[in-house]
Amino acid sequence: MTGRLIPREAGIHPPLFTPTYKTSVLRSPERALIAFDSSPSEETGPTFGHVKLGALDNDLLLNYARPGTSAIGERIIVHGRLLDENNRPIPNALIEIWQANAGGRYRHKKDGYLAALDPDFGGCGRTITGADGSYAFRTVKPGAYPWPNGPNEWRPAHIHFSIFGHSFGQRLISQMYFEGDPLIARCPIAQTIPDKAALDRLVAALDMSETKPMDAIAYRFDIVLRGHRQTHFENRPEGM
Amino acid sequence: MVQKFDKPILTPSQTAGPYVHIGLAPEACGIEDVPFETLGREIAGPEAKGDRIKITCRVVDGGDLPLRDCLVETWQADAAGIYPGQEGADPAVSGFGRMPADFTTGEITFETIKPGAIALSGDRKTPPHISFWIFARGINHGLHTRMYFPEDDLSGDPLLARIEHRDRIATMVAEATGPGEYRFEIRLQGAGETVFFDI
Repeated sequence: MTGRLIPREAGIHPPLFTPTYKTSVLRSPERALIAFDSSPSEETGPTFGHVKLGALDNDLLLNYARPGTSAIGERIIVHGRLLDENNRPIPNALIEIWQANAGGRYRHKKDGYLAALDPDFGGCGRTITGADGSYAFRTVKPGAYPWPNGPNEWRPAHIHFSIFGHSFGQRLISQMYFEGDPLIARCPIAQTIPDKAALDRLVAALDMSETKPMDAIAYRFDIVLRGHRQTHFENRPEGM
Repeated sequence: MVQKFDKPILTPSQTAGPYVHIGLAPEACGIEDVPFETLGREIAGPEAKGDRIKITCRVVDGGDLPLRDCLVETWQADAAGIYPGQEGADPAVSGFGRMPADFTTGEITFETIKPGAIALSGDRKTPPHISFWIFARGINHGLHTRMYFPEDDLSGDPLLARIEHRDRIATMVAEATGPGEYRFEIRLQGAGETVFFDI
């Protein structure tokens, strides 16, 4: 899909300067961002085909586990659809994910949290959307963990998402939270989003219809990227 | 009453956080044996046409400290100014780079080819540039800017012509440090703050 990108709607994304999330204070531009119409530099973007994916890339229960074992924790399926603002599915798009383990500890040399590392859990995976924009992966539900933004602050359970659309100007990195988590309302990062309804769109719903009985609980998380303005009557080349 | 206008609403952004390397650059944080092919390592293969260049950059915060935990992604055209996926693009150019900063120095170095000028509508062109997208802990949504080259004339760029404070354009121009070598400093805040786009 080509054509000019739809300008970003104000108030959806968090502001860059959010003093309650302290790291943003020195890392946020002070000058206004410069707006103009998109050009080919933003309307094109990298594409990632199926060839780059391994069989277990979307299975975090197994992709780092030793043979015959699987990651420890509440087994979950996360699934949903990737759409654009025109309600069109975005097929063949790369979604990369990373997260803490069930105890809230990341497999990262800079994470020194007390919770144990799980030798069978790496915490990263990726998948590519299907023809209808759908995606799914298996993992464990991540644990909450404390972080040094304030004297007693805890991140809600969350999974990080990195999403490519079909153009560089659609690029998005976000986080998915879980329905019913009382820490969302207390988290300075989640609360960087000023609009309650916008934050609600980052909270995945429990989806009993996709739950695998005696195996894994499912959550549904749909994602919407910027759209392109439809070029002159795309569906009606003869014109009006 | 008017007709109901139902339209999906954008998913909001959230910071990539400090552990972004686990997902996007696992080798940088000590994760071994991940059976993933790392993306964005090769922007232009050995067969790519054009002049090979090396770029060293740093992203600096409002306290003058380099961001040692950031990642940048880059996107560029081939030597003829054609983007991958467009007709006639050089197949040896992937156009996409993804680079973590060095955990000690904050420096980011990458090699590529110099892109050509990009055709806009009509016979207008925008001078050669590399698009940058910067994300890290403390950045609530990815910051988008461009790096232009010091040897090129930017005066005719119809996009840059929109920037009212002309002196700020220099914040997007790399410094030449040797034959085919450039240095680009991205300042998030304060004096010399880089121009970031809402594009």
